[in-house]
Amino acid sequence: MRYSLFALAREAFRSHRGWQPVWRDAAPRPHYDVIIVGGGGHGLATAYYLAERFGIRNVAVLEKGWIGSGNAGRNTTIIRSNYLLPGNQPFYELSMQLWESLEQQLNYNTMVSQRGVLNLFHSDAQRDAFARRGNAMLLSGADAELLDADDVRRMLPLLDFDNARFPIKGGLLQRRGGTARHDAVVWGYARGASELGVDIVQNCEVTGFVRDGDRVVGVETSRGRIGCGSVGLAVAGSSSRVAKMLGLRLPIESHLIQAFVSEGIKPLIPGVVTFGAGHFYISQSDKGGLVFGGDIDGYNSYAQRGNLPVIEDVCEGGMALMPSIGRVRILRNWAGLLDMSMDGSPIIDRAPIEGVYLNAGWCYGGFKATPASGLCFAHLIANGSSHPVATELRLDRFAAGHLIDEKGRGAQPNLH
Amino acid sequence: MRINCPYCGERDLGEFVYFGDPVPRPDPSAADAAQRFHDSVYLRDNPAGPHQELWYHAYGCRGWLRVTRDTRTHAMLGSAFASDPA
Repeated sequence: MRYSLFALAREAFRSHRGWQPVWRDAAPRPHYDVIIVGGGGHGLATAYYLAERFGIRNVAVLEKGWIGSGNAGRNTTIIRSNYLLPGNQPFYELSMQLWESLEQQLNYNTMVSQRGVLNLFHSDAQRDAFARRGNAMLLSGADAELLDADDVRRMLPLLDFDNARFPIKGGLLQRRGGTARHDAVVWGYARGASELGVDIVQNCEVTGFVRDGDRVVGVETSRGRIGCGSVGLAVAGSSSRVAKMLGLRLPIESHLIQAFVSEGIKPLIPGVVTFGAGHFYISQSDKGGLVFGGDIDGYNSYAQRGNLPVIEDVCEGGMALMPSIGRVRILRNWAGLLDMSMDGSPIIDRAPIEGVYLNAGWCYGGFKATPASGLCFAHLIANGSSHPVATELRLDRFAAGHLIDEKGRGAQPNLH
Repeated sequence: MRINCPYCGERDLGEFVYFGDPVPRPDPSAADAAQRFHDSVYLRDNPAGPHQELWYHAYGCRGWLRVTRDTRTHAMLGSAFASDPA
């Protein structure tokens, strides 16, 4: 069923009794050409693009819980393409372009809102670094504007511009960046994939892999054995746990990042704003809640909940940036699991086992990458070669020394 | 989360800095030293469950601790000075 103004009007006249389930909850069949492990945004996008772009429709997405129940529903929904390095930026700009056409492509309201992403700077040196990053963005075809303090003051008069320690000198603005509705992205891709014949199998935990010689030819699951031509892992947060079933060790540690939502207030913050002198970022949801976060907790964890020192640090960052939010009450907070890779950049590559492909290491930036991750992973699985914008996101780059370390901090995952 | 320092007692997480897995430095004269350094610098078991890790008691005794902690629950399962025999 296609969504349109006509369909909405028709359903309004018959008390909305005609709406169909958005996607098909399938039972697993004995064999598929491709199995995608992980029913989050990346796994569903991969299945969608396999069917839509590459004509591979005999595909299953296996999800341990229900789709979108992991990190796809735990992020702060920001989309942007403001990276520096040539291994990353063209990939994220492709993702940004896919976001811009996603609703028409999927015929589904993913609430993409290009409300702008503003990174504030507080010193001359930081301005130089941001100007350099802005130029790298422009070279990749993205948009970037370097604002001075007066420009920022017109956009966000509530900020503490003359803070004694962290005066705001300006910002790097990407107007095309913004936010999208994360649950709708999951359902939009699920619907698109399902309509093209992909089986979405929920409550189906992968417990092992079936090998024929050196090759993986199927998976053992809580709903029985399922054969496959090839298998793609899209289980960021838990990649090491799944890879362990294949005898693989990955250049990844699982960490936590916390997110926070305040009570709903009137419109206050027009876009996404990041503090440059600490780690704090904030936007305002359509319901009015302030959505914000900061640093990762910094220790290995699968607990999906964080600790108080980081909460204090995040709130201090918020108070240094915009003291006016000090009386707003926090309604809830939670944590998501991160595949923190050793250089802070993702991996879309073959695994060193025939028939297995790996999509992992998304650190705290997986949501914005969802469309390009799906497209590039599908390209890799369908063609056996990397998509042109994902050629550097290799698993062997750590051994080869071709790291993609945006911050230049070395192999210490909690510093990226 | 609180960490039990053998010298200072049980102290708040905010006093500690996390380093990560206690990976021994490989033998640089080994025939496969490049592979061993790659494995020790980059590859991790990253278990969901008991995990051995190094913490630095920065705002306390400034000792390096080897802590065993369950990564699923944050339960502390033991701690000792890193210099003690494992």
